[in-house]
Amino acid sequence: MAALAHLRRGFVQIAFVVLGIAIINFFLLRLAPGDAAQVMAGEAGSATPEYMAALRRQFGLDQPLHVQFFSYLKNVLTLNLGYSFRQGLPVSELIAHRVGPTLLLMGASIGFAITVGGTLGFLAARHAGKAADTIISILALLFYATPVFWVGVMLVVVFSVALDWLPVGGMITIEAGHTGLAYAWDVAQHLVLPTLTLGLFYLAIYTRLMRASMLEVYGQDFVRTARAKGVRAHRIAVRHVLRNALLPIVTTLGVQLGSVLGGAILVETVFSWPGLGRLAFEALFQRDLNLLLGILFCSSIVVVLINLAVDVIYTLLDPRISLGGTP
Amino acid sequence: MTTVRLSRRAFLAGTSAATLLGATGALPAFAQPAETPKRGGTLTAIIQPEPVTLTPATNTAQPTQVIAGNIFDGLVYYDFDLTPRPSLAERWEVASDGLTITFHLRKGVTWHDGKPFTAADVKWTLENVWKTVHPRNRALFENVAETQTPDEHTVILKLSRPSLPILSVINAVGGPILPRHLYEGTDLLNNPYNNKPVGTGPFVFKEWKKGEYILLERNPNYWDPGKPYLDKIVFRVITDAAARAAAIEKGEVLYAPFNPVPFRDVERLAKLPNLKVETRGYEWLSPVLYLDLNVENTHLKDVRVRRAIAHALDREAIAKVVWFGYGKPAISPVPSTLASFFDDSVPRYAFDPRKAEALLDEAGFKRGADGTRFTLTHDPLPYGDDYRRTGEYLKQALKRVGIEVNLRAQDSAAFIKRVYVDRDFDISSSYNAAFPDPQIGVVREFWSGWLGTGTPWTNGSGYRNARVDEIIQSAAIAGDPAQRVKLFKEFQQIAVSDVPTLPLLELKFFTVHAAHLKGAVAQGDQVYAGLKNAWIDDGPRQN
Repeated sequence: MAALAHLRRGFVQIAFVVLGIAIINFFLLRLAPGDAAQVMAGEAGSATPEYMAALRRQFGLDQPLHVQFFSYLKNVLTLNLGYSFRQGLPVSELIAHRVGPTLLLMGASIGFAITVGGTLGFLAARHAGKAADTIISILALLFYATPVFWVGVMLVVVFSVALDWLPVGGMITIEAGHTGLAYAWDVAQHLVLPTLTLGLFYLAIYTRLMRASMLEVYGQDFVRTARAKGVRAHRIAVRHVLRNALLPIVTTLGVQLGSVLGGAILVETVFSWPGLGRLAFEALFQRDLNLLLGILFCSSIVVVLINLAVDVIYTLLDPRISLGGTP
Repeated sequence: MTTVRLSRRAFLAGTSAATLLGATGALPAFAQPAETPKRGGTLTAIIQPEPVTLTPATNTAQPTQVIAGNIFDGLVYYDFDLTPRPSLAERWEVASDGLTITFHLRKGVTWHDGKPFTAADVKWTLENVWKTVHPRNRALFENVAETQTPDEHTVILKLSRPSLPILSVINAVGGPILPRHLYEGTDLLNNPYNNKPVGTGPFVFKEWKKGEYILLERNPNYWDPGKPYLDKIVFRVITDAAARAAAIEKGEVLYAPFNPVPFRDVERLAKLPNLKVETRGYEWLSPVLYLDLNVENTHLKDVRVRRAIAHALDREAIAKVVWFGYGKPAISPVPSTLASFFDDSVPRYAFDPRKAEALLDEAGFKRGADGTRFTLTHDPLPYGDDYRRTGEYLKQALKRVGIEVNLRAQDSAAFIKRVYVDRDFDISSSYNAAFPDPQIGVVREFWSGWLGTGTPWTNGSGYRNARVDEIIQSAAIAGDPAQRVKLFKEFQQIAVSDVPTLPLLELKFFTVHAAHLKGAVAQGDQVYAGLKNAWIDDGPRQN
């Protein structure tokens, strides 16, 4: 019951937190010098004051700030994300277009990282101090320290340009017009390199985390007890150590999932992946505040929801933790 | 001015470039059989950055125009020597007093939705787009007092005062004609057809997947028989320069205009047998790289300091080292490509650091104990490495004559606000497109009327000169071409002598395209024109 009350309280808090974030964002973004009309007039190369005035009118930038703020507030409260005048589409539609590719890329790379990275970390911890541990640790360090965009470009140079196994970028082969299974296969081919690029970075994190966290648990009394009782090493590793070592992994996973909507700007840029990160990044440079506020708003909702979910998962993994506070 | 009608074939036959020969529909007797254009195929091209809209009437940004040139036609197009050639207008006459311009329109042209294209479309667009919101055309068309359409295929412009630069901007993107039946009575800036345009051009808009691609298909009813040759064009949005280079090298992309890759890569790509690097096709733009010297700055307000800076810079070195040869030293704000207006007798600022030092001493700015005379801040145009490197060169060169330069970086919105609104800078760099007439692109930098309006890429230096203002205003409404040339030569003498804006290079933009893509560069406004002459040569075929 305490758990349900906690969840209910959580949702009320979420509503206020998200509203607060939205309000802060609105004013924070207006601190950036220049506005969308100046950016567009700048791109046009040959603007006139009349043209800029027309743009400002179109964007609603000619309204006083408090009018803009109240119309934004009204939009937020009615869950209307507004309209991106620059893109000529409603913000919700723009986000909806990009959310699929983003989830696909992030899901694939985090999935790859957590399975492979977790396994490597597990192996390293089991063979701590031996050759396998050294090799895995060095690899993890290498992946962790290499800039993501460099890995991306190198993978493209080797696997796309030199070997010609995989496409250079994008999400589909546009001119082919695939459907059904052929389409899925096409997307999968385009997905390989960006997933690897992003996944290798995350993989390094999970490997190191899993190894460190397992070694810590290995040092605890209940593991020694289990050993003294004669439980087999493999069973100790899986039943006693791994399960207890999962908490930090879940925490990290939560943090990473929270940034899912932000996407991975560098990887999306290198591979021309039509994700949300690039959309937000470009919106910032273009001072497309409606779009940027919309993306930030959605991201903040995702972050708080995932935090709540992480709390729940803790209780499942470790019965000593409860949602209602002190037991 | 009366124009002799010259068919494209006659023009092309007179040129020697093989790629151009490939562009002619019918085969000239002396051409190689291998150069017969072939129908069919999909062209994959790069568009970068992604456009905001696809209609050049409300936005004159580069990517919009690259795509729109395929969907729309102009009344004319421009040759490599910037002469207007017939497109939707088969011929035109300008009365000797410059107050009447008559266009005779091509018959049998239809919009992509099947409706006929008529003089009413031209009249409506001129009155409701070119004279109102179009960023570049407003000033040029404001003296058009009346537009007459005596029949469906004749448009007569009656001007209150002459405006000869009109004839330099009426190609597909400079003077795009919108379908009146889809626009009349609507809110122009929010019309949904801005993003799914209906034109008369060689390619029909099909699909725009934001963040990914824009797809165009062949217009089967195009008025130019047999053209276009390509079935489809896919413009892919490829955001990363290294990825663009990889896609071009691999052959996934066949056509990439506007410096798609860094100069380092283009040197390498130019050596590959399957690629061609082409600097023609940008003549209509004629871009010039320049520095704005803020004349309100305590040091820069002294013309001797500005001249000293001009003498301290080695433009040959900037062209060769910083711009990898993709530029030639500029001596006047009017580039040499505008041959009739260009004045090569303007004062020259030879590379001469000693003279620069002497001028600075004379101005009273002696070297201090640390060897520094004074410090300036430089804001390079935030359009990438080339401008930052130009700034680094400036820093080095000015240090040599005792001026310390600090470089500052920001994004383009902040740059525009800093330079054109807040005027909180010392030296900024930028480039402008001159277009075939100095009235359109060049005088923006010098006319004092722009000051205080906060309009990007106008008078950045803060220069005010009554005679220059007078020249600019008289040239705008002079009806005699010779008189305008004279005025613009006087303008160049003053502008170069006062040097509020220091021209550095006439930039050479480049296009990278596959060697087997033929006819991709066929005219002086090619980068903003349709690829109707382009065809894919997929191997020798015996005919």
